[in-house]
Amino acid sequence: MKTPLHHKLKTFKIGGVHPDDNKISASAPITPLALPKMVIIPIAQHIGAPAKIVVQRGDNVKVGQVIAVHEGFVSANIHSSVSGRVGVIEEVMDSTGFKHTAISIRVKGDDWEQSIDRGDVLVEQIKLTPKEIVACIMEMGVVGMGGAAFPSHVKLSVPEGKQVDHLLINGVECEPYLTSDHRLMLEKPKEIIVGIKILMKALGVDTSIIGIEDNKHDAIELFQELLKNETGITVESLEVHYPQGGEKQLIQALLNREVPSGGLPADVGVIVHNVGTTFAVYEAVQKSKPLVERVVTVTGKEVKQPSNFLVRIGTSVIDLLIAAGGVPERTGKIVSGGPMMGKAIADLDVPVAKGTSGILLIPEEESKRAEVYNCVHCGKCIEACPMGLEPYRLLLMSKKGNNQRAKEEHILDCIECGSCSFVCPSNRPILDYIRLGKTQLRKPKKP
Amino acid sequence: MSTALLTVSPSPHIHTELTVPQIMRGVIIAMVPALLFSIYNFGLGAVYVTVLAIVFCVGIEYLIAKYLLNRAATIYDGSAVITGILLAFNVPSNLPWYIILVGSAVAVGIGKMSFGGLGNNPFNPALVGRVFLLLSFPVQMTSWPTQGATFSLDAVTGATPLGILKDGLRNGEPVDSLMTQMPSYSDFFFGLQGGSLGEMSAFALLIGLVYMLYRKIITWHAPVSMIATVFVMTGIFWLIDPTKYASPFFHVLTGGVMLGAVFMATDYVTSPFTHRGMLIFGFGIGVLTVLIRLFGSYPEGVSFAILIMNAFVPMINRFAKETRYGSKASDRLERSDASTRK
Repeated sequence: MKTPLHHKLKTFKIGGVHPDDNKISASAPITPLALPKMVIIPIAQHIGAPAKIVVQRGDNVKVGQVIAVHEGFVSANIHSSVSGRVGVIEEVMDSTGFKHTAISIRVKGDDWEQSIDRGDVLVEQIKLTPKEIVACIMEMGVVGMGGAAFPSHVKLSVPEGKQVDHLLINGVECEPYLTSDHRLMLEKPKEIIVGIKILMKALGVDTSIIGIEDNKHDAIELFQELLKNETGITVESLEVHYPQGGEKQLIQALLNREVPSGGLPADVGVIVHNVGTTFAVYEAVQKSKPLVERVVTVTGKEVKQPSNFLVRIGTSVIDLLIAAGGVPERTGKIVSGGPMMGKAIADLDVPVAKGTSGILLIPEEESKRAEVYNCVHCGKCIEACPMGLEPYRLLLMSKKGNNQRAKEEHILDCIECGSCSFVCPSNRPILDYIRLGKTQLRKPKKP
Repeated sequence: MSTALLTVSPSPHIHTELTVPQIMRGVIIAMVPALLFSIYNFGLGAVYVTVLAIVFCVGIEYLIAKYLLNRAATIYDGSAVITGILLAFNVPSNLPWYIILVGSAVAVGIGKMSFGGLGNNPFNPALVGRVFLLLSFPVQMTSWPTQGATFSLDAVTGATPLGILKDGLRNGEPVDSLMTQMPSYSDFFFGLQGGSLGEMSAFALLIGLVYMLYRKIITWHAPVSMIATVFVMTGIFWLIDPTKYASPFFHVLTGGVMLGAVFMATDYVTSPFTHRGMLIFGFGIGVLTVLIRLFGSYPEGVSFAILIMNAFVPMINRFAKETRYGSKASDRLERSDASTRK
């Protein structure tokens, strides 16, 4: 069903691009992936301090048992996603391309912690107080599941003096190819709605808006139907427009508010959570289930069975690829995440982490970058930048090491959505240099 | 499968299909209607001038890149072909080959390669070549083969409508009587008038404009702003004194306004980055064109107007910026901070 033309859909106001959405796995239901023989669970799957390991080699663990506890406030607990015996604890390369300490567990049976409710019955009544909800979310290791993996309890602890009036639920899934959020919305809508109510209670807000892009009509209609008799929660259909799933862009699209440079959504009275996170919050609070599994899309133009799997955290990428029909002959690049912001992985043993939303297989001919030409001053990068920056200039400044100048030109506002590099007709590595500039600026100064 | 063969590179992992060679090809396709029309109008002369200009421009760029700069040849991006066609579009169809060679050498050699090639030139190369020729070979550059009445390819030459107007007004003739010597507006629109190769047919040029807009190669801002400015400004003068000033339709449909608006004010390299900048740029070209046409000694001013505005592009880029996300919010914060401090 198409939206009538006279109805202008909401979207963000500055920049953005329209890549082909290629949602080829959208009709594949979420299927649980067979238990792997071994999992590798990194202790730094989130933004913030890595968790502190509390198990030793040879320990027997159950599903849901804490194996590493958060260090400080901005950190998250890590739970075992399988039952079995703890093996080597060593540094392994994760999907970021860096080596981080990880706990390997050899799987034996599927023995869950007693406290976890594994039934499918919807639990609607929210018994916990706001404080208990935040503590529970922290305990259960819930982090943002849209990709950045920011610990959710931190977002729910609104700083003193800031008034939050809106909770926005991010069901945009603007990355091409990915469909894990879409499937979750279709298959677990009631749980997501309870999750929203939990988050609203924790934040003490009365208004929540679910933002979903117009290419997911079935999900929009489903939520409209389910929310008919609810007050305070609405669903808003948004124009298909990358990077609408960016927090700042979603806030602009839905509420026409702008987060100030260097500020947080709470500065304009908003908290944003992803639908995947909202579902994890439901499971954590209502079912006492820690974040031990997540939905991962496995897709690509030549993948035999584009799929959406329910995967235990720590499962190797190779297990997912085999389940989706193997790696196609002419695969040139494998990306953890979406094609615009995902990270190319070098090794198929990389484990699925809490923030892994998809595995994308890119054919050989699309995997290499094309020839770079001189900048032709077309201005397309400026037109595309959703933050209203001048990407071509930031590239030049970073290239010359002119970092202070770049800072004055707000290089740190860049959200690294990749729209500038995507549109550049000269194939210039704009975002690569902007990242370099940002890293240089964030490096602690030499004494 | 060996994982050693996987490519690892930073995001984004997909790219738009519109790349520099494709854009250049798109611009060349957009020039085809105007080119076909000039062949229809001027016959072999148009083919001869266009082919020579392309061969000279591409050849000179190749020689400079290879032997002077010791670089890989840059001719495959297609920009030299565009310079060649644009140069041909800006000269009469009976221009001798050596003048085309000089024009091409100046356009590509001085206008483009001396600044470092594609993307680095501040001025439109074809116009640099054209203006150089206009100042160096004024006679050859302003003897236009006539057509419209007869479509034969004789060597009879005559003035352009703008030339007739300028000379007539100088001799004190009123606009009305001068207009009787000229083709009708519909002839102007479809291109039955004297002039340079590619500038006659507004209709053919507009087809090219629509094609480039459809392919999203350019945006409407610069051409619309330029044409609207010429129309409004000449319209004001025409309303003040219609015996001294020609109508705005005449000014928009004659000379290089359409050609300049469609293919030169939209040149990526020598026009501003932002839409706001492009509007200012087009406005500036329009104002300068009208000033030169009405009060200057040349009958036509589009080339000069565009080159002058090219020089202002860096300044326009400085001031006409996109609205930054959060700038409203930080303004508000600063203001509220200031008010609380009081």
